[in-house]
Amino acid sequence: MELTTLWFLLIAGLFIGYFVLEGFDFGVGMLVPVLGRDDRERRVVINTIGPLWDGNEVWLITAGGAMFAAFPEWYATLFSGFYLPLLLILAALILRGVAFDFRGKRPEAAWRRRWDRCIVFGSAVPAFVWGVVFANVVRGIPLNAGHDHVGSLLDLLNPYALLGGVTMVALFVTHGAIFIALKTSGDIRRRANLLAGRAGTGAAALAVLFLGLTLALRGGTAAVVLSVLAAVCLVGGLVANRLRSRTDPEGRREGWAFAGTAAAIALAVASLFAGLHPYVLPSTVEPAVNSLTLLNAASSAYTLKIMSWVAVVFAPIVVLYQGWTYWVFRKRIGTQNIPE
Amino acid sequence: MDVTELARWQFGITTVYHFLFVPLTIGLVFMVAAFETAWVRTGNEKWLKLTRFYGKLFLINFAMGLVTGIVQEFQFGMNWSEYSRFVGDVFGAPLAMEALVAFFLESTFLGLWIFGWDKLPKRIHAACIWVVAVGTVLSAYFILAANSWMQNPVGYRINPDTGRAELTDIVAVLTNKVALITVPHTVAGCFLVAGGLVTAVAVWHLVRRPGQDTGAYRSAVKIGAWTTLVAMGAMLLTGDVQGKIMTEVQPMKMAAAEALYESEQPAPFSAFTVGTLDGSRPVWSVEIPGLLSFLGTGSFDGRVEGINDLQAQYEQKYGPGSYKPNIPLTYWTFRLMIGLGAAAALLALWALWAIRGGRTPRSRWLVRALPLLPLLPLVANSTGWIFTEMGRQPWVVFGQMKTAAANSPNVTAAELITSLVVFTVLYGALAFIEVRLLLKYARAGLPDVSPPPPVESDEDRPLAFAY
Repeated sequence: MELTTLWFLLIAGLFIGYFVLEGFDFGVGMLVPVLGRDDRERRVVINTIGPLWDGNEVWLITAGGAMFAAFPEWYATLFSGFYLPLLLILAALILRGVAFDFRGKRPEAAWRRRWDRCIVFGSAVPAFVWGVVFANVVRGIPLNAGHDHVGSLLDLLNPYALLGGVTMVALFVTHGAIFIALKTSGDIRRRANLLAGRAGTGAAALAVLFLGLTLALRGGTAAVVLSVLAAVCLVGGLVANRLRSRTDPEGRREGWAFAGTAAAIALAVASLFAGLHPYVLPSTVEPAVNSLTLLNAASSAYTLKIMSWVAVVFAPIVVLYQGWTYWVFRKRIGTQNIPE
Repeated sequence: MDVTELARWQFGITTVYHFLFVPLTIGLVFMVAAFETAWVRTGNEKWLKLTRFYGKLFLINFAMGLVTGIVQEFQFGMNWSEYSRFVGDVFGAPLAMEALVAFFLESTFLGLWIFGWDKLPKRIHAACIWVVAVGTVLSAYFILAANSWMQNPVGYRINPDTGRAELTDIVAVLTNKVALITVPHTVAGCFLVAGGLVTAVAVWHLVRRPGQDTGAYRSAVKIGAWTTLVAMGAMLLTGDVQGKIMTEVQPMKMAAAEALYESEQPAPFSAFTVGTLDGSRPVWSVEIPGLLSFLGTGSFDGRVEGINDLQAQYEQKYGPGSYKPNIPLTYWTFRLMIGLGAAAALLALWALWAIRGGRTPRSRWLVRALPLLPLLPLVANSTGWIFTEMGRQPWVVFGQMKTAAANSPNVTAAELITSLVVFTVLYGALAFIEVRLLLKYARAGLPDVSPPPPVESDEDRPLAFAY
């Protein structure tokens, strides 16, 4: 395989990992005030992702770093071209990260309420803006011969991209609700399952519409297959969300439901990358000349070779120890587990 | 102010701010790891108390370092796209390695450490914080290797077709002599800050809350103060080597550090200067003969090239233009870096002296000076970075790319002002909150570490730690 293709796949893989993992913790963040009716319940909700969110966020940082190293042109054009959207994401992620840590550090209700708002803002905004950014990447943005974005912010807020943003939010809310149901016990679990069912229907409708439009825009066989599979997994996950758990009559098949939404998000993101290939960022102006492709955006063969070795050695190790963390913190938590 | 200036201000503000948290993170994680290891090995509860106490301060600080770090990675592409296009092939590699090798380690094992008190065996739990510590140093190494390439580009060629830098030798980049000396110098600077913080907080408790956990606080003062002193020694040794390498690879920076306009042999080092620094003779200065020669060349008689000679050389080599950094700024930041660091070491000595032979420190002046113990080295760290980055100007990559050509051409002044305001306001507000939290938890003192009351079933057991 060409190393440029390998790195395109790796970066797609990093973004898939990012959206599957941070996807549920964005969803959990958005649902803190919805599923947490009092402070104790809100703490249960937040603590389902307590040990995990930080490691999940590193998938994004690694995706950014990998892009910088393997496709500097892609990184430079994308990050400067989406200047204000990325600024918004950064501000949101800053507030969110600090909020998790600082929220419990003072007992006052007003203090905690303020950080709860930061958690909701910091989870909803990046989810929406990433949807907008990725939709625009697939759709293409106007680039000049120097590969610089020459459009305006308003161009980025086109209906298709906004639909992408809303779809992302809806998918993550569903994914997050199912994760909460999977990780909690008692009443929160029941409510999370209910909410996942309702949000899931909306998310499925939005996702089908968005992926359909995407295929019309930039379809290939692979993208079509991946999109169809994504839809199937999402429906499968939502069916599992209705099925009663074998061990606990109050619960549902949350494990299967979570596998379903996780696979759906992974396949949907994969279909976006499949549609994009062999471009990494198509231009709407002079597409044949100004577009960024795997070839004209890539680093030298030597850099790609070095980075491939680093990835081959370290990526599996990362997956192993991150997997171990999920195993260590596998137990459900409930209000009775929250210390004073 | 043009867009490059705005982008530089933003990079300066966000980076200096980020580096207020990094030194404490790197230094403190090792000290917390050492406390926990002492507890695992001796079973003495005072070590567990110190682990929990300083661990909490570490975490409040870590959160800020983490979130401000994401900005750093995004900023290259957002504000410096021409730079990113030019150097991505070389500079991106250590950055990606940092994320894959270091950041995952840090964040994952820190999560295990914070939440794993009741889920992991003692030894594994202590091992987790050591893994985080190793992660922080790996992270420092990769990012400093990337920065050192900007100071002293090695292991690359310029592709004649694209005009871009391409990696030819990763080993050369990762063993850049500037990187190999900058890493220990920077890490020692981190210990200077962390040692100062540990000492200051413990002395405060000894004075203000006499009789409570005296043994633990005395240990903390000793460990903190000695860490500061040893770190200062390491700063001097590594700084000395660094100065010689700098004289060799970036002579202009060394000349700017002394505001040495004309080449001299031997060259003196002025501790203070009152007067104009624009090339006319100083009005008054305290000079140590031959010291600059020694710092730069290792011999008190060595020749140090002056700014004017270097300017003439560079004009010949790189074409017309100014190759002088901001001289007053480099001159004073260089002195502040050394002076403030040394002052912190003196304060640490004072703290050690004050508790000698079981004494309780009584000096009111010592208590008043306590905040300076972590703050002086923190400012010294910042001025050191401002010196080394400003001293590289007008280059962003020395000899290869000027800063003025590196910013994103399509990012407008309005966008830059927006982001500058957003970051400054956000960072300012968060700094205020973070300092108040740190003070609150520092004042609270060592926690109670008695085991929780027994519960009926394992399912109902409260988490050892929860947000």
